[in-house]
Amino acid sequence: MPRPPGKMPSPTALRRSSGGLRTPLSRRTLLRGGASLAGLAGLSACGAPDPNAVRYGSRSTEAIPKEAFDNVFAAFKAETGLTVDVNATDPNTYQEQINSYLQGNPDDVFAWFAGFRARFFEDVGLAAPMTHIWDEVGDNFTDAFRTACQNEAGQEIVLPFYYYPWAVFYRPSVFEANGYSIPENLSDFESLCEDMQDTGLNPIAFGAADGWPQMGTFDYLNMRINGYDFHIELMAGQQRWDSEEVKAVFEQWKDLLPYHQEGALGRTWQEAAQSLQQGESGMYVLGLFVNQQFAEGEDREDLDFFNFPEFNPSIGAGAVEAPIDGFMLRNDPENPEGADELLRFLASAQAQQIYVDTDPQIAANVETDTSGYDPLQIKSAELVANADNISQFMDRDTRPDFAATVAIPELQRFLANPEAITDITSSMQAQAESIFG
Amino acid sequence: MSTQAPSASRSATDPPPNKKLELLTGRDRAVLAIMVIIPALFVVGLVWLPALISVLLSFTRWNGIGPVSDIDFVGVQNYVDLVTIYPSFFPAVQNNLLWLVVFFFIATPLGMFMAVLLDREIRGSVFYQSALYLPVVLSLALIGFIWQLIYSNDQGLLNAVLGTQIDWFGDADINIYAVLVAASWRHVGYIMLLYLAGLKGIDPALREAAAMDGAGEARTFFSVIFPAMRPINVVVLVITVIEALRAFDIVWVINKGRNGLELLSSLTVSNVIGEASRVGFGSAIATIMLLFSLVFIVIYMISIYGERENR
Repeated sequence: MPRPPGKMPSPTALRRSSGGLRTPLSRRTLLRGGASLAGLAGLSACGAPDPNAVRYGSRSTEAIPKEAFDNVFAAFKAETGLTVDVNATDPNTYQEQINSYLQGNPDDVFAWFAGFRARFFEDVGLAAPMTHIWDEVGDNFTDAFRTACQNEAGQEIVLPFYYYPWAVFYRPSVFEANGYSIPENLSDFESLCEDMQDTGLNPIAFGAADGWPQMGTFDYLNMRINGYDFHIELMAGQQRWDSEEVKAVFEQWKDLLPYHQEGALGRTWQEAAQSLQQGESGMYVLGLFVNQQFAEGEDREDLDFFNFPEFNPSIGAGAVEAPIDGFMLRNDPENPEGADELLRFLASAQAQQIYVDTDPQIAANVETDTSGYDPLQIKSAELVANADNISQFMDRDTRPDFAATVAIPELQRFLANPEAITDITSSMQAQAESIFG
Repeated sequence: MSTQAPSASRSATDPPPNKKLELLTGRDRAVLAIMVIIPALFVVGLVWLPALISVLLSFTRWNGIGPVSDIDFVGVQNYVDLVTIYPSFFPAVQNNLLWLVVFFFIATPLGMFMAVLLDREIRGSVFYQSALYLPVVLSLALIGFIWQLIYSNDQGLLNAVLGTQIDWFGDADINIYAVLVAASWRHVGYIMLLYLAGLKGIDPALREAAAMDGAGEARTFFSVIFPAMRPINVVVLVITVIEALRAFDIVWVINKGRNGLELLSSLTVSNVIGEASRVGFGSAIATIMLLFSLVFIVIYMISIYGERENR
């Protein structure tokens, strides 16, 4: 539903003023108390910032991530004596209102993603570079992470916290029973698909009703056929959508479509994942979150993945899609020292460890102890650590308006009518020119 | 209306209409002024001003960030883009019109028919009323989920019962009809309740008189009850048009209004709200929607005022 733009109400302020309501009081005292508390809250918002507190804008409102962050901030307080004032908004609202939030009075440190989506805000002056932090903590992250967190000028603007990879998921039991092996390149991949079809298995599970899952397939095909640099330039509006390179990606996709589950446009990713889970489909190109559709225990243990195969030996398979979640620094923070302290702490293996102990994500810091990880987490960490480049997923690597209003409908149009490649690519180019300006 | 307020005082010496105001005390006038001005300010500030700003923004290019001076004036470029390079636009116009036609010719008459049936004091009337009205009170997230269960390609009820493999939500040629069934499901209940309330207000003597004259059920309804329900009929008509133009939630829940389910409202939202701030372009779509509504508002106004003058 459309929401009026405006500053998000601060839950901390609400919590503060409702704190006095616990004991039974007469209505009048209660009102008076409420008014004075509200006044205090208003004063503290207008007056000098508390030097012992850092304001953090969070998008973690669900129980598990919230608890994980609470643990991290408790450790931060124990270590530095600084409190973190958390201003949490549910993830959808947070993302929808990010523009007005950042233009209002944003928190000093705020949750965001790596990639073009971060660069955009730094570019318009709503977020600040944090090279001074990276100079100290840079060794904690791989070079691919560093690149993903930089702006155009090569300054770091995002501090990575955790991530999840996209890959080709499959059930080892199905592969074993049929004697399938992991495909290394395109021809292996195609013959595996044919073998699956011969045994009555649908080779690739596919659901595109939500609009975004098919972006993952496009990203991988583009990175395998044209390389990481071309993909990132295309996403940034520096390459043409009606170029021969992009047409080649769609042509290749068209050749592979017969191996995909039919009727993808009416299927959600959850339903597609269930066809993998029930052994009706052999493989599924999706993010690690596919495991949500597998019951914990035996079911989930029978889930594995392999890297998207190589299509061209001169390009290889070194680029991996792994969206990174992290933090950005507000431009002109109220408490610069405190914000720096917080970012430094969040970059540490200690903080990331505390977080993933509660919320089973994969920590970005390479020093993090992986002994608590399940096999898929360990494998994800290896895949990403060995990647030459990390892409962030189409809706994070390009302008959000292009992703939402052009890429999703046009990719869906391609899936409905794969013969219309020329029409689709020229329409995408025309719209890209209008949006990127 | 407001001028009828002092009617009690104009019994003996009925003054000409232009002198009515002079009979009001200063306080009355102040109250009247406040009663007129405050709502007027609300309407101007909350309805007309934003609408006007939307129309102005539709001639600009702006990403919603930065001062107003950052807004580039681009003339009618957004409208040109809309009809030349935006493939979702014409399907959206078509779908909105289809929505209106289906509501007007199928869903609304069906709701009125249900109301007439329920008005006959049949047994279990309360149960039927609640069953039909239930869709109106359900949250839209739940409605999306219910229809997903019915229409799903692999696991859906409909395909299982019919033994078909039809991609109800995914096939861009048929999904709008599938959605219209779901939307009508909700609309029928709404109209039913409104109309039923109107029917309960009809004087039973009218029916008796009609029966006395030997009119059958159908004849009684069409020649006596329906004309007597004119005010309710107008409300139902207006609500049908409004519901068709502001249709949004159900397509948004299903697939955000894409792939055959485009609506002007969903296109506006996906362009303006959220991170994708194509404010100018989205405003252009909103302006088109405003023009559509204006057509119906004008028709409505003419019929209302025309009727008043005929009296």
